[in-house]
Amino acid sequence: MFTEKLFKQTNAYTKSKLKMSKADIEKPIIQIKGLSVKTHEGEILKSINLDIPRNKIVVLLGPSGCGKTTLLKSLNRLTDLHKELIVGGEVLIDGKDILKASQDLPIMRQKMGLLSQRPFPLPVSIYKNVSYGLKLKGVRNKKLIAHSVESNLKRVGLWDEVKDRLNNPANSLSIGQQQRLCLARGLAVKPTIILADEPTSALDPISTKTIENLFKELKEHYTIILVTHVLRQAVRLADHVVFMYYGDIIEQGHPDDILKNPQTEILKKYLIDGN
Amino acid sequence: MRKWKTIEEQIFKVISFLAAYSVIAILLFLLFVVFNKGIGALSWDTILKLPKGGYYFGGEGGILNAIIGSFYLSVGATVLAVFIGLPAALFINVQLIRMKRVQNTIRYLLDALWGIPSIVYGAFGFAVMLFFGLNASLLAGIITVALLITPILVRAFDEVLKTIPVELQEASFSLGSTRTETALKVLFKQGFAGFITALLLAFGRGIGDAASVLFTGGYTDNIPISLDEPVATLPLAIFFQLSSPIEEVRQRAYAAAVVLTIFILVISVSARLLSKRYSRNIIK
Repeated sequence: MFTEKLFKQTNAYTKSKLKMSKADIEKPIIQIKGLSVKTHEGEILKSINLDIPRNKIVVLLGPSGCGKTTLLKSLNRLTDLHKELIVGGEVLIDGKDILKASQDLPIMRQKMGLLSQRPFPLPVSIYKNVSYGLKLKGVRNKKLIAHSVESNLKRVGLWDEVKDRLNNPANSLSIGQQQRLCLARGLAVKPTIILADEPTSALDPISTKTIENLFKELKEHYTIILVTHVLRQAVRLADHVVFMYYGDIIEQGHPDDILKNPQTEILKKYLIDGN
Repeated sequence: MRKWKTIEEQIFKVISFLAAYSVIAILLFLLFVVFNKGIGALSWDTILKLPKGGYYFGGEGGILNAIIGSFYLSVGATVLAVFIGLPAALFINVQLIRMKRVQNTIRYLLDALWGIPSIVYGAFGFAVMLFFGLNASLLAGIITVALLITPILVRAFDEVLKTIPVELQEASFSLGSTRTETALKVLFKQGFAGFITALLLAFGRGIGDAASVLFTGGYTDNIPISLDEPVATLPLAIFFQLSSPIEEVRQRAYAAAVVLTIFILVISVSARLLSKRYSRNIIK
């Protein structure tokens, strides 16, 4: 009974994927139509149109202040936390506009795991960090929760490092471990999309490599939208690059096209300066 | 030029040294005077007995009425203030997160309330008491002291919550928490150590205030057994007994000062220890 339930829950996403027709899989998972974000002082995003392909790593590239993080936060409506931001347009996730007030926000947000620049584990133990989202979802079965904690910590390669100290505070981990814990915490609620806002900017090269390798593995099951400043990281990871400048999308496409053969002067200059 | 910079550095060092150590010296001098005057009068009888023959003229007995009274009043007021203060602080920081102007207005008003002298709270409590036809009592004292410490508590809680990074809230929201779940399961835990410190400091403020209970709590030689009876407090025990013509009574006032000082020191040390203990899970 337990195994069956566990199987049902852990494979829900895979099953739903199997049910998808080829046409559905090829459809973009997110369609952004005329997304604008403004404050009274000016525009942060200028009526953006963008399709995010399913199960790919989409890299948002651009100089500081070009609106990458705002775009990312608009996708799970964390922009709601800032009243000064006026958001317009449509963000369709699997055909549903998440900007409409009628959307069930907590459920919608659980579809999108978030990794921020600096890891922010919750002020509880390692175990409770990973089980937090599950409990919010109403999962009460302790065995199920324990299984999820273990499997997600294994998935991010943290299990062997923390299995003997699961009840220790999350802040006792190194920054790199904390970032992987945050990833495991996000994966535990079974999202379909991972939003990563410069997730390696505070990490050492070894931890950075671990996170990058994880992303490469995870893209088989998840769509990853990654904000980065690091051109080399974009080259290493991206299936699709979106170059932004002052709230606008200047160029987008396959990294080989965008990064090796830029069409606009702005991107050319950015690539020269960035390299 | 280099020489002048060195001299400037030395002058600044000396001024800082004098300023810092003069504060410590004043504190030590205050403790010395209070303990020097009061320690002789402090005995088990003083602590464990009620005053005999009236608190003003009766030379015998102790200050148990004021010790227990202060404890009743401060605990009651702190509990009441926490019930109002914690939800208020969470409301300001979670529900009003998008309304910076409203947040700032509330903070400004709380700061203004914080700055009102406690005697004004006493006068206000007295007016309300008269309006409702109440006598000076433990209940009136608790309410007045709660009014006095609530703004302090809300702003202290608020400052604790303000230090919590917005990314922590975002992390919680992105896992599917509602605002209430974020407030109770994340912000409360992250701020717990700070809340304990704020609570104990507000308790200390409550137990040490004389003016707000002067008209509302009254004074008595007995320990109140119900909320509508008057209550004695340590600050008023000092205030009333210090002006007594009887030497033993004046000695009792200094003993009360020693007890009150020890209370405050214990509260401060406890605040530090508890804060350290509950900082274990805090995300920095």
